[in-house]
Amino acid sequence: MTRSVPTTPQSVRQQAADSAARRRKQARSASVRWRRRTLLGLYLAFVMLPIYWLLNLSFQTNSEILGTFSFWPQNFTLGNYVGIFTDANWYMGYVNSLAYVLMNMLISITVALPAAYAFSRFKFIGDKHLFFWLLTNLMAPPAVFLLPYFQLYYSVGLFDTHIAVALAHCLFNIPLAVWILEGFMSSVPKEVDETAYIDGYSFPRFFVTIFLPMIRSGIGVTLFFLFMFSWVELLLSRTLTATKAQPIASIMTRTSTASGIDWGTLAAAGVLTIIPGIVVVYFVRNHIAKGFALGRT
Amino acid sequence: MNKVYNNRAWFLILPMLLLVAFSAIIPLMTVVNYSVQDVFDANTRFFTGTEWFEVMLNDSALQAALLRQFAFSFTILAIEVPLGIGIALLMPKRGWQASAVLILITLPLLIPWNVVGSIWQLFTRGDIGLMGVGIRELGYPYNITRNASDAWATIILMDVWHWTPLIALLCYSGLRSIPDAYYQAARIDRASKWAVFRYIQLPKLTNVLVIGVLLRFMHSFMIYAEPFVLTGGGPGSSTTFLSQSLTTMAIGQQDLGPSAAFSLIYFLIILLVCWVFYTAIMNSQKDDTSQGGA
Amino acid sequence: MDWMVWTLPTAVFFAVIAAILLGMTAWELVSPTVERRGFLPIATTRGDRLFIGLLSAAYLHLVVVGFTELSIWFALGASILWLLVLMRWG
Repeated sequence: MTRSVPTTPQSVRQQAADSAARRRKQARSASVRWRRRTLLGLYLAFVMLPIYWLLNLSFQTNSEILGTFSFWPQNFTLGNYVGIFTDANWYMGYVNSLAYVLMNMLISITVALPAAYAFSRFKFIGDKHLFFWLLTNLMAPPAVFLLPYFQLYYSVGLFDTHIAVALAHCLFNIPLAVWILEGFMSSVPKEVDETAYIDGYSFPRFFVTIFLPMIRSGIGVTLFFLFMFSWVELLLSRTLTATKAQPIASIMTRTSTASGIDWGTLAAAGVLTIIPGIVVVYFVRNHIAKGFALGRT
Repeated sequence: MNKVYNNRAWFLILPMLLLVAFSAIIPLMTVVNYSVQDVFDANTRFFTGTEWFEVMLNDSALQAALLRQFAFSFTILAIEVPLGIGIALLMPKRGWQASAVLILITLPLLIPWNVVGSIWQLFTRGDIGLMGVGIRELGYPYNITRNASDAWATIILMDVWHWTPLIALLCYSGLRSIPDAYYQAARIDRASKWAVFRYIQLPKLTNVLVIGVLLRFMHSFMIYAEPFVLTGGGPGSSTTFLSQSLTTMAIGQQDLGPSAAFSLIYFLIILLVCWVFYTAIMNSQKDDTSQGGA
Repeated sequence: MDWMVWTLPTAVFFAVIAAILLGMTAWELVSPTVERRGFLPIATTRGDRLFIGLLSAAYLHLVVVGFTELSIWFALGASILWLLVLMRWG
C-alpha cells in the first residue's frame, strides 16, 4: 500500500488522525499480546511444574529426596536410571509395553481403514446403529470387562502374552480409529473415487495407491491416538499379564516395598514413560489439532 | 456428502466387526451370565435370578460412589470446558511457538494414567512434594491422606491438569478452521471482541465441544488409575469412584455375581449418556448440512 | 464355552435379542424404514425406536427389581407393551 502525499488541509488532518489512531491501536494490541502471553505462560507453568518436579526427583538419590528439600538436584546422579537400565525386570517392562502397543496399532489400523472407508462412502443397513455400537465400546469402562477378559484369554491360552493385551485394547482403539479415519476420509471428495474407477482402477489398487496417500496425515494422527490410548491404559494390561508380558505401568507398583517407597526409581521410571509420548507427538505436531477434533473441523 | 446405498459395504466392515465382537460381545454376554448366578467355579454355581441387581441397587456404598462420580464429573467439566476454551483462544496460531506450545500442552495426555497419579503423588506429598511443601509453608496444614476436602481438591486439580489439554486442543482445531475472511468482516464492522467470540468463534466451537464434553464425561466416568495411585480412594472412601469400587469388588474380593450386576448397571448409565450425546452430535451435523445445502 | 457359565434364561435372552436383530434386518430389506416424527421429540427410524424401547425397558427392569416389590414379569409385560407402542406411534 502506498501513501499518497496529502494536498489539502482536511486530508492532512485526516492522515494525522489516522496515524495517531493506528499508533494507539498498536500500543493497545502490544499490551493485549503481553497479557495473552502471560496468561498462556502461567498455564504452561502449571502444566510443566509437576513434570519438572518428577524430573528433579529422578536425578536425586533417595536420601537427598527425603533429607533435603531442594528445587534442583544438589548431587546430580543418574543412579536411578542406571538402576532401571541394568535390571532386566525393569527394562523388559518398557519392551513389553512397546510390544503390545505396536501390535495393537498394527491390528487396529488394518481393520479400521476399510471399515472407516465403508462408513464414509456408503449407506447400508444398520450403519448408524453399528457406528453407535462402536462408540459405546469406546466409552465402555474397562473395569466392566475385566473379569470376562481374564477368563476369556485364560481359556484360549493367551493369558500373559503381548497379543492378549493388544487384542483387549482393540476394544476401544478400533472404534477410535474408525471414528477419526471416517472424519478424515469424509473430507476427501467422492469424485476422487469415481475418477479412479473410471480410469480402470480396481478397488484394492485404488485404495492402496491413491486413497491412502491422500489421507496419510489422518493415518498418522490415528496412529498417534492408538499409541496414546494403548500406552496410557493400565487396568486391562495389568490384569491380563503376570510376568512374561508385564507392562511398565504395573512394574512401577513394585517401587513400594515394605521398607518404604523407592522414590528416586519411581520418578526415573515415570520420566522414561513420558519420552515415547514426546517422540510420537513430535512427528504429528502439525496435524494433531485436527486429529483431536476427529478430522471433523 | 451423498453416500451410495450399497450393502456390500458390510464386507469392508466385517474384519473389524469380528475383532470388536470378540472383545466386546463375548465378554458382555459373560457378564450377563455372571450377574444372575452365584459362581464359585464353572461347575459350582447357583442361579440367583435378580437378587444381585436388587442388592447392588440398594447398596449404600455404591450409591454414594455413584453420586460422588456425578459430582466429580460435573465439577471437572465445569472447570475444564471454560478453561480449555480460554487456553485455545490464547494459543499462538503459527510459527515455531505454535508447535512448541502444542507439544507442551499435549504432554499430560501422553503420560500413562498411573504415572499421572505418581507424578501428583510426588508433587503433593507434604514431605517431598513441591506443592505439598509449598502449601504447608504458607501455613495451611495440607494433607491428602487425612483431609477429605484436600484429597478432593487435589484430584480435581490433577484431572484439570491431565485433561484440560484435550478440550484446549479440540477448541484450537475448531478455531483454526475459521476462515480469515470472517475476522476481516468483523473488523470492518468494528465488532467487539465479545461479539467476535459470541457470533464467530463459539458457533464454530460447538461441534468440537460436544465431542470434547462427550469424551471428557466418559473418561471421567471410568477414572481409575490416577486416584488409585494418588489417594487409594481415601481418606475413608471419599475419593472412591465407580471404577475403583467395581475393580475392588471384582478383582479384590472375587465377587463375580455382584460385580457383574454392578457392571451392567454401570454400563447402562454409560449407554444412556452416550446415546444422548450421539443423538445430539448427529442432529447438529444434520442441521449443518441442511443449512449448507440451502 | 464352559467358562461363560451359560444359563437357560440368559441364553433365551440373547437368542431373543439376536432374533429381533435378524428380524429387523429382514424387515429393512423388504421395506426400508422412513425417518418420521412421532410422539418422541426427535425424528426416528425404526431401529432408533427399537433401541429407545430396549434401553428404557432395561431401566424399567432395574427400577422394578431394585426399588419395588413387583414381580419381574410385570416389568417384562410392561416393557413389551411399551416397545409396541413406541414402534407404532413413537
